[in-house]
Amino acid sequence: MLIYSLRRIFQSIIVLLVVGLVAFSMFRFVGDPIDNMLGQERTDADIERLRTELGLDQPFIVQYGKFLSNAATGNLGVSYRQGRPVASILLERAPATLELAAVSGLFAMIVGVGLGVFTAIRRHGFAANFIMTVSLIGVSLPTFLIGILLIYLFAVELGWLPSFGRGETVMVGGWSTGFLTASGLKALILPSITLGLYQMTLIMRLVRSEMLEVLRADYIRFARARGLRERAINFRHALKNTMVPVITITGLQLGSIIAFAIITETVFQWPGVGLLFINAIQFVDIPVMAAYLMLISVMFVGINLIVDLLYFAIDPRLRVDTNAVES
Amino acid sequence: MQRLQSAWNSDFVWSFRHSPVAVISLSMVILLVLAAVFAPLVAPYNPFDPSTLNLMNGFSKPMEPNAFTGDVFWLGTDDQGRDVFSTILYGMRISLFVGFTAVLFALVLGVTLGLIAGYVGGWTETAIMRVADVQLTFPAILVAMLIFGIAKGITPVHMRDEMAIWVLIVAIGLSDWVQFARVVRGATLVEKNKEYVQAAKLIGRSRSAIMVKHILPNVLSPVLVIATISLALAIIAEATLSFLGVGAPPTQPSLGTLIRIGQGYLFSGEWWIILFPAITLLVLALSVNLLGDWLRDALNPKLR
Repeated sequence: MLIYSLRRIFQSIIVLLVVGLVAFSMFRFVGDPIDNMLGQERTDADIERLRTELGLDQPFIVQYGKFLSNAATGNLGVSYRQGRPVASILLERAPATLELAAVSGLFAMIVGVGLGVFTAIRRHGFAANFIMTVSLIGVSLPTFLIGILLIYLFAVELGWLPSFGRGETVMVGGWSTGFLTASGLKALILPSITLGLYQMTLIMRLVRSEMLEVLRADYIRFARARGLRERAINFRHALKNTMVPVITITGLQLGSIIAFAIITETVFQWPGVGLLFINAIQFVDIPVMAAYLMLISVMFVGINLIVDLLYFAIDPRLRVDTNAVES
Repeated sequence: MQRLQSAWNSDFVWSFRHSPVAVISLSMVILLVLAAVFAPLVAPYNPFDPSTLNLMNGFSKPMEPNAFTGDVFWLGTDDQGRDVFSTILYGMRISLFVGFTAVLFALVLGVTLGLIAGYVGGWTETAIMRVADVQLTFPAILVAMLIFGIAKGITPVHMRDEMAIWVLIVAIGLSDWVQFARVVRGATLVEKNKEYVQAAKLIGRSRSAIMVKHILPNVLSPVLVIATISLALAIIAEATLSFLGVGAPPTQPSLGTLIRIGQGYLFSGEWWIILFPAITLLVLALSVNLLGDWLRDALNPKLR
């Protein structure tokens, strides 16, 4: 167990170091930092001075080391476009993305599990079949088209919900939240559905197939024979046993919710990290791109590591297998 | 003639003929590809020739004569009087070109690396498959965005618009090679221990000849399935990137760019500027997807 965990942690660190190297190379080789910082009227002496000041005359590996230690202490450089430290821009934008991701994750989980159970229990009903067909179409629709469709229906035609932005936000200790105002909550609805829809169909299909499997098991038949009520059987006995794979998949999907937030945030002009990243690409703002890359890889690698370690802790079969291979 | 007859009766074609979904989606794909390839002949107007544009025709509704000029456009016009039907045909050209080329690029790269990893093994295999594993941790669309951003930074400013299409192809291609590499490596591992490979070794054929001439033809059928599904994904990825403004430039609008432009007119009620490109994109992606699904079932002997 210990050796396995250490090996997985070591691998994750290697991956992060490689991603850091990519981010660093972006800084170093995409455009000349000296060019970016000095104006037209520069002398060779200026260039030399800045070069030593920034440490660009030192060996590559030393520069890379310095870059990593800077990044670890939260110094991510200065945005070319906004002229402000990247770290503070990211901190300012993070609440918007995290709130959106949390609400859409919750939406996907609740509605996905609910519909999954429903379609499994009423397998042959008209409503269940209808939901399954619609979900198939929903999966093949690109995210941005879903967003546009929702905007058209609920913002343009019906005028119920806002089509862009976060509405009014309240600052709570440096965290700008949209949860506390009516317009902030209203603004969350459409983006959350857009972002969560794909995950929702995924969870729904997973719950449905797992439920169908479990409902055939002997202990369910036994519970029926004991005369337990249908609701108790479905929720207390069957659903509980389907949740392990569902939670794993949801955990792994957390990263992609953050990544796909880029698209949703652009459609709804949601002032989060994803929109920042897209704007950074459009204007070739390298420090912001590099910082986003590092931020999101820490997240992805972390989630993967945790899920792997949890799996290992939960499932004894994995342990036996690795021992057999090693001994 | 004899060969044609036997091909017509082969399992593969038989299952195709008896699957309405496959027939319809393949005809749809062929129709759209032909329309895109022959866009200059099919399209009633050339949307990129300013001399044929009349600003008075702007915002014509579909199938209705324009209030000023009396011209009728099937699918209406955009703000500058460009025929939406023609821009869709030209846009589909870009979308399909980027999709096909990106998948081809991913296929060549992935199959080559997968073949080498599977056949050579050892340190080379570990290196290639590690990179693949790491890349698989990140969603393909994110990888494509990053590559696009970096490549945009490297290209000189005045060439960015011209190069955008090629940058897009490289970005989508590089984000998609892993699938091919993994499948080909797996199949190669199985094939390389078979007798025909040992026979080829015995008669002294070189390593590269064994890989390309003997193993490659035997691992290609799953590649075909992945390529078809990848094509649908690549078309959607291209549309998404272009929609986000990090793809095809406005000078060479793809379907995604057209949807991006059309989104601006949704609020003022000009729904046709966005609706028709969106429907085209959907039909295109859905047909390729369904074709891929059918192909996967048809080529998988386990399911028969």
